Amino acid sequence: MAEILNQKQNFLKGIVKENPIFVMLLGMCPTLGVTSSAFNGLGMGVATMFVLIMSNLVVSLVKNQIPAKVRIPAFIIIIASFVTIVEMILEAFVPFLYEQLGIFIPLIVVNCIILGRAEAFASKNNVISSIIDAIGMGLGFVLALTVLGAVREILGSGSLFGFKFVSEDASTFILFILPPGAFIALAYLTVLFNKITSKTT
Amino acid sequence: MDYIIILIAAVFVNNIVLSQFLGICPFLGVSNKVSTSVGMSGAVLFVMTIATLATYLLYEFILVPAGLDYLRTITFILVIAALVQMVEIILKKVSPPLYQALGVFLPLITTNCTVLGVAILALGLENGSLLKAVFFAVANSLGFALALIVFASIREHLELANVPKGMKGVPINLLVAGLLSLAFLGFTGLV
Repeated sequence: MAEILNQKQNFLKGIVKENPIFVMLLGMCPTLGVTSSAFNGLGMGVATMFVLIMSNLVVSLVKNQIPAKVRIPAFIIIIASFVTIVEMILEAFVPFLYEQLGIFIPLIVVNCIILGRAEAFASKNNVISSIIDAIGMGLGFVLALTVLGAVREILGSGSLFGFKFVSEDASTFILFILPPGAFIALAYLTVLFNKITSKTT
Repeated sequence: MDYIIILIAAVFVNNIVLSQFLGICPFLGVSNKVSTSVGMSGAVLFVMTIATLATYLLYEFILVPAGLDYLRTITFILVIAALVQMVEIILKKVSPPLYQALGVFLPLITTNCTVLGVAILALGLENGSLLKAVFFAVANSLGFALALIVFASIREHLELANVPKGMKGVPINLLVAGLLSLAFLGFTGLV
């Protein structure tokens, strides 16, 4: 029973207490760069989550074989391999998303969340805990990106996941789909997130 | 003429930090003092130039002829990581004062996405050549330096300002970055 409870906490910490975006501020480049719509945010989140789960899985499997001194380069190669796979899958099956995300797909390699979890968690824990940790962290990342994308899309283009709910010629806050809107929206979302979490704990 | 356009575009119009969102981590992380941000900018200028030179040659003369261009991401990140290590060792021997100034920032640069990002973007330049790719890297690191140093100067003043409780720390910095980005938006259409 205690075991299950532990895993539940392990899973939930990534979503709220150690949320990679709002609390730990990791992986900010894709967070700000691709979230001009909810769909892009979700796509980027899922791609990153896939790499995160696979790299945590492999790292925790081979952790005893890798000498401590070369572990960081080894982790980077593992991560880069999965990023290349994601890049190829996206290009083949979702070319629209591939074009939208552009440079940020190869840059998943240098997303600090992934290397951070490999180093801080997967290299010290067993396979099952590592996968659960990756799913929790990945979901926290997906949620943050989708919410930020949704807020920016609603304010900036008056739509959500591409469905427009204002008339074609209505004026929207275009600022929010432009670069400055990313910083400003994330600033206020962080305030909101801190407010909500400080109340519940 | 081409080169002037690349320079203006990289520094002002498509600023790598404020409009392309690369290198946000060091932008938020090492910008609390002007002196550290100058050191970081110097290290980025140094590494980015060498890294782009190395990855461009690698891509054009090894990966493309061998039909291995899908290995771009893996090879580039390895080359950059190895290069950063090498630069660190060489600097320590050859120029201790420069090592003193840049030393702390060098390891951080491996996970700085500007370096990998610019190396990849440099491959897609129009009528690309080695010289143009390297110039592109220099221009972008100047853009990075400008954004970082301006942001650090604002943050030094912000220390003394009376910020509402909920906005302290990260949110106010993000807002400042947002306003800075808004200012740079004014350069749109310049080239």
